[in-house]
Order: sequence, then C-alpha cells, then structure tokens
Amino acid sequence: MQEFLTNYAPILIFMGIAIGLGLVLILAAVIIAVRNPDPEKVSAYECGFNAFDDARMKFDVRFYLVSILFIIFDLEIAFLFPWAVSFADMSMTAFWSMMVFLAVLTVGFAYEWKKGALEWE
Amino acid sequence: MNVADITFYVYSITIIVAGLLTVTSRSPVHSVLWLILCFISAATMFILLGAEFVAMLLVIVYIGAVAVLFLFVVMMLDVDFAQLRAEMSKYLPIALLIGVVLLMQLVLAYGTWTYSEGMEARLVNPTPAPDEIHNTQAIGALLYDRYMLPFQLSGLVLLVAMIGAIVLTLRHRADVKRQNVLAQMYRDPAKAMELKDVKPGQGL
Repeated sequence: MQEFLTNYAPILIFMGIAIGLGLVLILAAVIIAVRNPDPEKVSAYECGFNAFDDARMKFDVRFYLVSILFIIFDLEIAFLFPWAVSFADMSMTAFWSMMVFLAVLTVGFAYEWKKGALEWE
Repeated sequence: MNVADITFYVYSITIIVAGLLTVTSRSPVHSVLWLILCFISAATMFILLGAEFVAMLLVIVYIGAVAVLFLFVVMMLDVDFAQLRAEMSKYLPIALLIGVVLLMQLVLAYGTWTYSEGMEARLVNPTPAPDEIHNTQAIGALLYDRYMLPFQLSGLVLLVAMIGAIVLTLRHRADVKRQNVLAQMYRDPAKAMELKDVKPGQGL
C-alpha cells in the first residue's frame, strides 16, 4: 500500500506546484497590477459594436444531446478497460458477457445513426 | 502523521468546503466549478484507499463529462437563480424538518446494524493489496464473470439512456437542406449533363 501511494507522490507534487503557481499569479496580479477601472474598460467587449446581450443565453438542446451520447460511449470505454487488462486469464463467460454488452450498445449506436442524431444540420 | 494522512485531511477538508460552496455560491456556474473541485478531491480519496481505477473513472467520467453536462444544463435553463435563492428562507423550516427526519432515519438504520460472519477479516483486507494485483485487473477478474447480471443491466441502462436522450431532444427541422452522401456518390456524370451541338443561326 505504501509503495503504491509513493507512485502517486509526483502527482501530489505537481498538484502542489500547480496550486502554488496559480495562487502566486493571481496574487501578483492583485498586488502589482495597475488598476484604473472605467465603465468602458470593464464592459464586455464585442468586436466592432456594442454588446447586444448577456453572455448567458439559451443553448440549443442539440449540444446536450451530443454530450449525453459522449458520456454513454465514455462509460462503455470505461467498462472495456478492466476487461482488456484482465484479458489473458479470463473465462469464456467473461469474454462473451462483454460481447453481449457491446452488441447491446451497438444496437443503440445503429439506432442513433439511423435517426440522424450524429448529424449536425 | 505521514504524508498520506496529511493528504487525507487536506482533501477531506477541501471536499467539505467545496460541497458547502457548491450549495451556497450565488452563480450556478460557480457552483458547478466548486462541484468539479469536490470531484477532484474525491478522486484523491479513492487513490488514498488504493482504488485507483475508480479514481481515474471519477476524473474521466465525472469531471470530463458529467460536469460539462451540468454546465450545459446550467447554461440552457434560463432560470433566474438569484430569485430562487431569495425564496430560500421561506422554505428553510421545512427543509430543516426533512433534514432532521432523514438524520433520524439514518440513526435508526445504523443503530441496529450488525456485521455478517467473518466481516472483521474482510474489513482488514477489503480488496487484494495493490502491491499484489493491479486494481483494474482485480475488477476485471470479477465484474464480467461473477457480477455478470449487474454488468449486463448497466449495458441496458446505457441503451435506455441513449434512446431516451434521442427521443426527447432530437427533432428534425424540415426547412434545412441536408447532404445526402449516397446520392452524391452514386451520381452518374454521364446522365447529369447532355451535350448539344448548336448550329450557327439556329436555336435548339
């Protein structure tokens, strides 16, 4: 366990450096930078004309569809990882179990393709 | 106190603070960002437990995908969150009541909790030690074989989610021209145009 955790020490050090550097840069901006705010300077900048609208506008629901479909296939890949790692000493049941799982999701993929959910109009 | 203990305390405090800020911060976008911090700290917790595969899944699936989805939802719902928050004090008593009831239920449930036979031995070593067998491999040895039914059911849940998302959100607009790739590929240039020999002084 101790050896296993030691493998993650570089990541911990990286995280420390990243947090420290981020804090230093933000604090440096707060302390050193010249601040002379003006309504025109702090307003939203839009090239060539005054901003029409708030940045918070409604998204098209199709973005949501794309990201949901992404999550589903992301999870499918997540299930494939342990299967691939333990492939060498695996029973036939485990092998065909994954094949059935993939077949079920392929049915969904075919449905999605046929419906045109992958097309952007 | 060694480094692992210090890491545990730092990240558990981060989880609690980030969780509180998720609930209390004014802007919903900031809430989602605090939630992401919470997920990252939870991933660190899993690594400290020796469950590195679950930790990596948390980073890939929750931070990479679910948090993005939450951001979309927050952006898509054009709800005035400040107004909703103003009414919070009105619902505070009933929220507290529900909280107390839930707490009592948990106390009742865990008060009569008893461990099964041989639980002490399993608690000492809940998973194969990470030095002996790789974490991902330990999951792979069990999941597809011994826990085949939950695995297949999760596949079906994913299928239902996919079909549900398409049924709920996909609508085709009739006024848009789409590219038909097959029709394009099977187009015969010989049939598409015709050459006419036009004599001088005559029309077609």
